[in-house]
Amino acid sequence: MQVILAQALLGLNVGVFYAMLSLGLAVIFGLLNIINFAHGAMYMLGAFIALIGYSFLEQWLGISLQIGFWASLILVPLLVGLLGVLIERLLLRRLYDLDHIYGLLLTFGITLILQGLFSNYFNVSGTPYPGQPESLSGVVNLGFMYFPTYRLFAIVFSLVVCFATWFFIEHTKLGSRLRAGVENPDLTQAFGLNVPLMITLTFAFGAGLAGLAGVLAAPIYSVSPLMGADLIIVVFAVVVIGGMGSIMGAILSGLALGLIEGLTKVIYPPAASTVIFFLMVLVLLFRPAGLFGKEK
Amino acid sequence: MFKHWKQGLVGAVTAATLTLPLTAAGALSDDKIKIGVLSDMSGVYKSLEGPGAVIAAQMAIDDFGGSVMGNPIEIISADHQNKPDIGASTAREWIDAKEVDMITALDNSSVALSVQGLAKDKKIITMNTGAGSTALTEEQCSPYGIHYVYDTHALPVGTATAMVKNGGKKWFFITADYAFGHSLRDNTGAVVESLGGEVVGNVNAPLSTNDFSSYLLQAQSSGADVIGLANAGQDTVNAIKQANQFRIVQSGQKLAGMLVFITDVHSMGLDIAQGLQFTTAFVWNQNEETKAWSERFHELHGAMPTMVHAGVYSAVTNYLNAVKETGTDDTETVRAKLGEMTLNDMFVKGGKIAPNGSMLHDMYLVEVKKPSESKSEWDLLRVVSKIPADQAYISMADTKCSLVN
Repeated sequence: MQVILAQALLGLNVGVFYAMLSLGLAVIFGLLNIINFAHGAMYMLGAFIALIGYSFLEQWLGISLQIGFWASLILVPLLVGLLGVLIERLLLRRLYDLDHIYGLLLTFGITLILQGLFSNYFNVSGTPYPGQPESLSGVVNLGFMYFPTYRLFAIVFSLVVCFATWFFIEHTKLGSRLRAGVENPDLTQAFGLNVPLMITLTFAFGAGLAGLAGVLAAPIYSVSPLMGADLIIVVFAVVVIGGMGSIMGAILSGLALGLIEGLTKVIYPPAASTVIFFLMVLVLLFRPAGLFGKEK
Repeated sequence: MFKHWKQGLVGAVTAATLTLPLTAAGALSDDKIKIGVLSDMSGVYKSLEGPGAVIAAQMAIDDFGGSVMGNPIEIISADHQNKPDIGASTAREWIDAKEVDMITALDNSSVALSVQGLAKDKKIITMNTGAGSTALTEEQCSPYGIHYVYDTHALPVGTATAMVKNGGKKWFFITADYAFGHSLRDNTGAVVESLGGEVVGNVNAPLSTNDFSSYLLQAQSSGADVIGLANAGQDTVNAIKQANQFRIVQSGQKLAGMLVFITDVHSMGLDIAQGLQFTTAFVWNQNEETKAWSERFHELHGAMPTMVHAGVYSAVTNYLNAVKETGTDDTETVRAKLGEMTLNDMFVKGGKIAPNGSMLHDMYLVEVKKPSESKSEWDLLRVVSKIPADQAYISMADTKCSLVN
């Protein structure tokens, strides 16, 4: 029983990252209809900006400047979001009238470029992020296991961000305008709302979420140019299972699949990396729109 | 048809007569010695070999005096990008058009095997310092292929033997779930059991696993003395980092890495890597001689040498010694001389190159220091014990190399 509880908690730990990333993907897909393949690269970028801010600025610029973990939690999503604005305004905007596949190819290209750039300068086997705050460095006795404080923090923090996002989109006035703009852009624009700006900000928000997940992941996993590539395929499967575009679907299926993967690691470890895809196949067979998706 | 053949023959004879006097004048085939450094200059193995290998080779040439019997010694280098076909085509060009006499570095076993195979046909010596596969000296051994620094027999066998003898009887493996991981685990497990130890568990983790914590907790609850990491690169680094988060070493279990380089330890940091044991062929601050050389290397490269960097220096030095002593760059003669020599330099003491190409030398079991024990940025390792050459490497009685039996 203790083993199951411990593994469930570890699974949840992985699950919150799936949830945060698939949430960003779902927001972008649900509102913009873009399959953003660069999402994993933005997650990687988030981790690298935090690492560079903490370890390399001083070395590179020669002035005493170190951006700590807490500041990174705010700054990094803004910076990655800004990159999102640039990508949307300069590149994606030109593709809206074309088939989905063009957006996918473009964002895949962006991924390859970003990965290539970072592989050139950083160790591919991963660089540790040394900036984990002292206050989160211990372990907590949960009765059934000792759990690293930082991981517990990451779980709680991610859950808060996920549900705040859901609440914002589903239950606020701004959120409902956003959904209206997506549902019928011409009509919404006629009511005086700036739809192109809303789209840009939505993309930036999704990118920022990925960047934020990257900062959170940096102290747990090593910061490596391939960290996003390893994760993005799984996250796509999570989004498909949850239902493309469904906000709550992305969050719940992210958490659930993290749990399932965690338990598979105990029951039959070699299947741990494939169990999610197996489930994806089942879901596609029986509920093609995903567990929480709406049939169109 | 006949006419062309005749012209060709005339051409060949003319060419031969033109080059003949040159050969006689220089004692070497082309009036110079050219050493090819073929490595991963941009990818996964860049920091453990890569550009540092070129620096090490240049240091060897400079220390040798820059020339042999009045003939200059040159270096040529290239990036094989971890692709066997690129490695082989570069080597082919070097041998055919650039008159390369010896090729070294060659990290990445698949590249090393393809280049060694080509060099065998072309009769060129390869001194591989970076690749690990024992196939290089076993099933696919070559009369001109030398395996210089370490192999996948020496690494796990060395580590496991020493750790079992130091009390680590019960082992749990976290294995990268593909051929390399499985063979590393099987090799290691066999040694553990032959010494009276016991393998209490194993978990096959998919390659490029992000989160090892689940596997680590299984290892922890197994009650094993040692957690053997039968993986490499990013997987090893991730596993060690997460073992630290869950205080696995602090609570009494030992981690054993099967393939770890000092650059990995440096990038992980002592907080995370402390207590990790692994096998290496070289420790930069082991004695005054290694220290002096490594500090020179550090000045040129900005990082301390891995065992592979030190091995390149030693390989090039001994190759040049053999050329000098025999007075020729003829492959058969130089290889025969290398086989007779006892290698002694800052990297190796009493090394011998066996008929199968394996360079037999002592290895060291090292442990990563605690942060409080480290005196400087690169003061990272403590030697736990020496693994004698005859234990580390496959004996000539057991080798599957067709050149021996």
